[in-house]
Amino acid sequence: MNDLNPAGWRPAMSADQGESAAVTTFTGNRALQLEEPLLFEIGSADRCGVDFDEAPDLPDALGAFRRKASLDLPGLSEPEAVRHYTRLSRQNYAIDLGLFPLGSCTMKHNPRLDEKVARMAGFADVHPLQPQQTVQGALKVINELAHWLIALTGMHGVAMTPKAGAHGELCGLLCIRAALEARGDAREVILVPESAHGTNPATAAFAGYRVENIPATEDGRVDVAALTARLGPDVAGVMITNPNTCGLFERELKTIADAVHAAGGYVYCDGANFNAIVGRVRPGDLGVDAMHINLHKTFSTPHGGGGPGSGPVVLSEALAPYGPLPFTARQADGSVRLVEEEDAPGIHPEGFGRMCAFHGQMGMFTRALAYILSHGADGLRQVSGDAVLNANYVLRGLEDVLEAPFGAAGPCMHEALFSDDGFAEGFSTLDLAKGLIDEGFHPMTVYFPLVFHGAMLVEPTETESKAGLDQFIGTMRSLAERAREGDPLLKSAPHLAPRRRLDETLAARKPKLVWKA
Amino acid sequence: MRYLPLSEGDRSAMLSVIGAGSIDDLFVDVPAEARQAGPIPGLPLHASEMAVERHMARLSAESLTAGEAPFFLGAGAYRHHVPASVDHLIQRGEFLTAYTPYQPEIAQGTLQVLFEFQTQVARLFGTDIANASLYDGSTASWEGITMAGRITRRKKAVLSSGLHPHYVETARTMARFTGDALVTSAPVLAAAADDDAVIAAIDADTACVVVQYPDVLGRIPDLARIAVAAQAQGALLVAVVTEPVALGLLESPGALGADIVVGEGQSLGVGLQFGGPYLGLFGCREKFVRQMPGRLCGETVDAEGRRGFVLTLSTREQHIRREKATSNICTNSGLCALAFSIHLSLLGGTGLERMAHLSHARARATADRLAQVPGVEIVNTAFFNEFAVTLPRDARQVVRDLAERKVLGGVSLGRLYPGETALANGLLVAASECTTAEDIDALGTALEEVLV
Repeated sequence: MNDLNPAGWRPAMSADQGESAAVTTFTGNRALQLEEPLLFEIGSADRCGVDFDEAPDLPDALGAFRRKASLDLPGLSEPEAVRHYTRLSRQNYAIDLGLFPLGSCTMKHNPRLDEKVARMAGFADVHPLQPQQTVQGALKVINELAHWLIALTGMHGVAMTPKAGAHGELCGLLCIRAALEARGDAREVILVPESAHGTNPATAAFAGYRVENIPATEDGRVDVAALTARLGPDVAGVMITNPNTCGLFERELKTIADAVHAAGGYVYCDGANFNAIVGRVRPGDLGVDAMHINLHKTFSTPHGGGGPGSGPVVLSEALAPYGPLPFTARQADGSVRLVEEEDAPGIHPEGFGRMCAFHGQMGMFTRALAYILSHGADGLRQVSGDAVLNANYVLRGLEDVLEAPFGAAGPCMHEALFSDDGFAEGFSTLDLAKGLIDEGFHPMTVYFPLVFHGAMLVEPTETESKAGLDQFIGTMRSLAERAREGDPLLKSAPHLAPRRRLDETLAARKPKLVWKA
Repeated sequence: MRYLPLSEGDRSAMLSVIGAGSIDDLFVDVPAEARQAGPIPGLPLHASEMAVERHMARLSAESLTAGEAPFFLGAGAYRHHVPASVDHLIQRGEFLTAYTPYQPEIAQGTLQVLFEFQTQVARLFGTDIANASLYDGSTASWEGITMAGRITRRKKAVLSSGLHPHYVETARTMARFTGDALVTSAPVLAAAADDDAVIAAIDADTACVVVQYPDVLGRIPDLARIAVAAQAQGALLVAVVTEPVALGLLESPGALGADIVVGEGQSLGVGLQFGGPYLGLFGCREKFVRQMPGRLCGETVDAEGRRGFVLTLSTREQHIRREKATSNICTNSGLCALAFSIHLSLLGGTGLERMAHLSHARARATADRLAQVPGVEIVNTAFFNEFAVTLPRDARQVVRDLAERKVLGGVSLGRLYPGETALANGLLVAASECTTAEDIDALGTALEEVLV
């Protein structure tokens, strides 16, 4: 067991480290906070937590490629597995435990009804290539969700298959490219404002475009003059985020879209922040041609420690003919038809093919649809309203203790932006973030967006109560005070998490990506 | 509105702190003509938990589920028994509702799982390293192709005719825009995998050959031979595994010389889910690590010297390199990776081998039964859990006729290859440890009836 604790039995930590409970134990455990070895340290290849029938005794048909050595993979009995993963789970912070104020990431409450419906057998235990008459329930979910997405965005069509937000960006750009190619127009440049998500320029490059940056104005919005001046016959489109990553609404989006269209290009909108306007503003009315919707952000799918996500892309009338296969279409008799390659030449002659195998993230579609039906058109309007209300409440509650660079640039949307201006010498946003951990909160998004130094992007979302926000604001005020005064305890935070600050430089310099005995 | 904690009193109190008259006033930056005065018209209003559950249950009942019928579909998505503890554990809120582990001090649970997952995948694939997952097998295959292009600085990929046609379509979509050249052909329904054709297509411009193992017709290509031929020309072998359970019985692609191994991890822990979410697996040689797409978890120490885990090598990624990034991927399939990892931990090497053995045995029993059906010819000589047969008429209609008898009898090649009339009578049949003797007999009997 000493391997778990490389320092061996450790002496009590000294008081000047600020430990309040500086008791070290033989096991490395701290009461209910348990250390857990790696699977490879507790499992063995001959242990198995699954029972199997006896296989019929037939000669094998594997040809010459039968494995010679047995697989070196550790196994666990069922109780060992349950304990291993339950213990590991306790080392995670999660939205079920408390506020997750992550700007640009939208961590909101995950309704358990959505989990229940996602597991209904008619959606979860059906194969993507079953005959269409046997999967009408699943196809109707996709079609019903597609209808909502189109109605909520005021668009013409939707590509449901992209598997995540960044995959949706790629889908949208490929639609733009396909539309341009269809009119024989080989444009090469995508304009991306500085405040865009890092995926935007990466996506444009992956779709074969040259990326040019457009600066932001001092009030945190796209420099419209710079953008329109750059438009020309080589510009395929603009990727814009609205509400943008500074938490502000791009007031001039319609003007920008008109100018882009006049110059023969298309407008891609990064819809990661649709949460802030859903049910109140239809992006189609602002001239957007393509926008992905992160179902997991706007319509609440569990983030699962990083995914899976889902990124359907709504399309304008100009781009809808170019979306990928497959997609659903409602028939006159009420059934839903899946349009695949076989039907495409007649129904969808200009579509560009598949983005992935099969039909997209069904498990996310069921969750999103259940969430949408629960809220309805009135509830979704309240969702965006409360999200924006909560963010502005946090902005006003903190702007006298934390610098808010765009605090005067208009109401923030669903996220409030602060900087580390005024912190004591040597203290940074990271220290405040790590201090939040000791206070029982997940840190806000740090160092993003890149438009100024030491960014802190706070997104409370609509599922936080006023009492919860008051507690968070009080905590942030106290931490801001400590950062201004240069409290050394803040500099070495977190003190109370399962781990102290981790050495990320070591991890990158000498990568250890797999376990070796 | 049960998910919204603010009361009307809270809202008024908060608005007065903000200095706004109403929530609508907070949307002042939205042009007036784009603002909706009330709920967007034409859409229903909110519904109770009971009403939504009833609606979804009614829709669910309109599908014939795999569990309700003798079930023989595969072609890149396989039905296996998932132990109850897997779904129980992934539904623990601390896993289910955790964010991407960017704050490692309070995400060690997720990070340790990813580190264990990477190790499991690398061992299964026989590669030095593996990443923390991608979207699915088809997108992972394209990422493997582009990575080979970055390494070799060549733009041509040779795709074996045994590669899943949807994976080929995905690559074709992307290549159309990136300018990569793809060499493809339709499979020929012959007993052996067409390794010779793949090898003949490799030349000095080839970045990689992409070979599925076992392939889409269930055949088992000779990866070692293809690896040698590819590497002799400076090309890489990208092996694609759509059924990882096969590796319980078959030699791993890495051990046979594959440089990059990608796969679909849906078989373990994830379930059919009508096509998604699935789990992209990606392993490769260690020397390619900085060209590898996707998220990586690495071991390190904390300020007190204790072992811990962090996301690492993010200098390859979109948030640092922007348009020069290794890929634009921003997420992984974390929860599916967790499910895969738990399922594989419950199995261990021994269990996976037994599961593979059982799947293989049931597939052989299925093939033996179908061989007795008049007009049915078994195509494969070697296979793992899936094989192709030819029928006396168009298999698409046969599959629909079987479904009328509540038998889900396989995937027609006509559905996978709509343009290829030579394949129209082909049917892919898959079995697993879930397949019973009764299922096999039901398929045989139903097929005898519909082929009359």
